[in-house]
Amino acid sequence: MNDLIVFENVSKFYGEVLGVNRVSLTIPPGITTLVGPNGSGKTTLMNLLTGLVQPSSGSISVMGLSSRDANKFFATVGYCTQFDFFPRDITGWQFLVDSLMLYGMSKLTAIQLAEESLQRVQLDKTAAWRKIDGYSKGMRQKIRLAQAIAHRPRVLVLDEPLNGLDPMARAEAMALFEALGRQGIHLIISSHVLDEVDRIADRVVLITGGYLIAEGNIHQVRQEVREKPMQVLVRCDRPEALASKMFAMNHCVEARLHPDGKGIFLRTGDVDQFYSILNEIATEGIVKIEAVAPADDDANAIYQYLIGSEGGTL
Amino acid sequence: MMQQADPGLRKDLMQQPWALWWLQAKRLTQIELRRNLFSWRASWIYFLAFIPTLIISIHSIVDPHDPTSISDDTQVFASIVQLYYIRLGVFFGCLGIFSRLIRGEMIERSLHFYLLSPVRREVLLLSKFAAGSATALLLFVTATLANFALIYLPFGAAGRDYLFNGPGIEQLEAYVLIIVLACLGYGAVFLLLSMMFKNPTPGALLFLGWEAINPVLPSMLQKLSVASYLRHLMPVNVGVKGFIALLTVETEPVAGGVATLGLLLLITAVLLYSCYRIRTLEIRYTTE
Repeated sequence: MNDLIVFENVSKFYGEVLGVNRVSLTIPPGITTLVGPNGSGKTTLMNLLTGLVQPSSGSISVMGLSSRDANKFFATVGYCTQFDFFPRDITGWQFLVDSLMLYGMSKLTAIQLAEESLQRVQLDKTAAWRKIDGYSKGMRQKIRLAQAIAHRPRVLVLDEPLNGLDPMARAEAMALFEALGRQGIHLIISSHVLDEVDRIADRVVLITGGYLIAEGNIHQVRQEVREKPMQVLVRCDRPEALASKMFAMNHCVEARLHPDGKGIFLRTGDVDQFYSILNEIATEGIVKIEAVAPADDDANAIYQYLIGSEGGTL
Repeated sequence: MMQQADPGLRKDLMQQPWALWWLQAKRLTQIELRRNLFSWRASWIYFLAFIPTLIISIHSIVDPHDPTSISDDTQVFASIVQLYYIRLGVFFGCLGIFSRLIRGEMIERSLHFYLLSPVRREVLLLSKFAAGSATALLLFVTATLANFALIYLPFGAAGRDYLFNGPGIEQLEAYVLIIVLACLGYGAVFLLLSMMFKNPTPGALLFLGWEAINPVLPSMLQKLSVASYLRHLMPVNVGVKGFIALLTVETEPVAGGVATLGLLLLITAVLLYSCYRIRTLEIRYTTE
C-alpha cells in the first residue's frame, strides 16, 4: 500500500454541467487545503475521492485502494461532508456507535472509540445522549466530525469543517486538525476561511471552474505566479525614504505605509531584483532595515492572484 | 456429467469476507428495524395492517356467530386477504416501507452516511431489504394471524373444529405464505422503483394498474406480476363480479409450488438488478 492519493486525468460531468475537468493530482500525507470559489469543484473533488460520485473518465486511488472495495477503503478514509443532515430521530451517541459497529468491531470497542472521538471534538457526553434534531449548528458540525474521525482513519476529508463553529470552537477544531496532521495522516480540508486553514496547511490546491489551476507547497505556488506583483513588508526606521529609493530605481509598483509607521509594504514585479536592490540600500546605510518578509505569501493572496477574487473570508 | 466449478472463482469466493458481511448485514438490519418500527411516521402502516383487525374485532363482538355461517366468514376472510391485503394493504404498506429505505434517505439527505460506511453496497441494499421485509412481515403476518383468530374463535367449538379438524390450519398456512410472498415481492419491486425514480408513487400506481390488467395479458407478461403468482396459492376462491372483480386475479392455472418458485425467481431477478443499480448510485442531493 502506498501513501499517496492519486487523481489521474479525472473528469466529472453532471449531464452537460462540468464538475471537474482533467484533474491530475498527487497528494502526499500532511494537511492539504482545497481552495476555490463556490461551485469551483471542491466538493466534487472530495466526493470523487470518497466514491460518493464516480468519475466520468480517469481514475482515483487512495493509498492504493479503490472506493469499490468498501471494507478496506472506508476503514482507511473518513469523510465529514458539508451536508448538514442526519438520520431521523437519532441521538448523537447512537449515531456514533451505530457507525462504528458497521466496522465489525465489538460493542465495547465501539463505545471506547465513540467516547474518544467525543473528547477529541470536545462535545459533552450528556449532549451526545440528546437527539441530534435538537442540536445547534456547531454541535451538529462537531458530531459529524466525531463520526468522521471515530474509526481513526488514515485519510480524513473535511468539507467546510469550520462552518457554523464559534471562534472558540474554531480554534479547538484547528488545534485538532493540526494534531491530526502531526500524526502523519492525510488531512484534506476545503474551507472558505483561508486565513485559518492557511496557517496549518502544508499544501494548497487551487481550483476554479472545475479546473485545477495550481497545487503544491504554498510558497512554491507563490513562486509559480511570479509574473504577478508580490508584496513585501520591510521593517525599517525610514520607510518613506526606502519607498522613494525603490520607486526611483523602478523596482516598485506600489507602496503602503504600515499602520504603526515602522514599516512599509512594497509591491514589486521582480522579487529577485527587488531583494538585490534592498541589500544594496541596506549596505549603503541610507535606511536601517530590521526585518523583511513576504506579506502575501499565503493561500489567500495566491487565491486572489490566480482566481481574481478578494481574499479574506470568501 | 456435473461440470466442475471454476477453481479460480471458487477461490475468489472463499476469500471474500463473508463473516464480516454477515455481521454488517445483521447490524444494519437491526438499525433499520429500529427506525422502521419505532417511528411515528410508520403509524399509517400500522393502520393499513390492522384496520381489518379492528373491523373484525367489532364484528366478533356484535355478530351472534351462528355455526352455520362459518363458510360465509371463510369467504369474507378470503376476500379480505385477496381484495384488501394483496391489492391495497400490503401493496401500499410495502410502498411506504420499501421506498423509504433508499429514496427516503436521499430525500432526507442522510444516505451518504451509509455509502461512506465500510459496507459493500450490495450488502447495504440486501440488509435494507431484509429490514423492510421483516417490518412488513411482522405487521402484516401478525395482522393476518389476529384476523384469522378473530374470525374463527368466536364460533366456539365449531370454530375450533374448523381449525383443527377441518381445513382451517391448512388455509392459515396458505394465507401466511401469500402474505410473506406478497411482502417480499412488492418490497423488491418498490425498492427498485425507489432507486429508479425520484418519486416512486406514480411508478407504483402504474404497477398497480399493471397488476389489475395482468389477467388479460399474454401468459408471458403475466409472469411479470406479483399478484398473478399469489392467486395460485389462494386456498379459497373469491367469487366477486363487477368493478370489484378487478381487484381479484384470474390467470392461467399453475401449481402452487411452481407459483412460489416463479415469484421467488422474480424477486431474485429484481434484487440482482437493484444491486447493480446501487453499485452505480451517486449522491447528488441538489438534484433531489
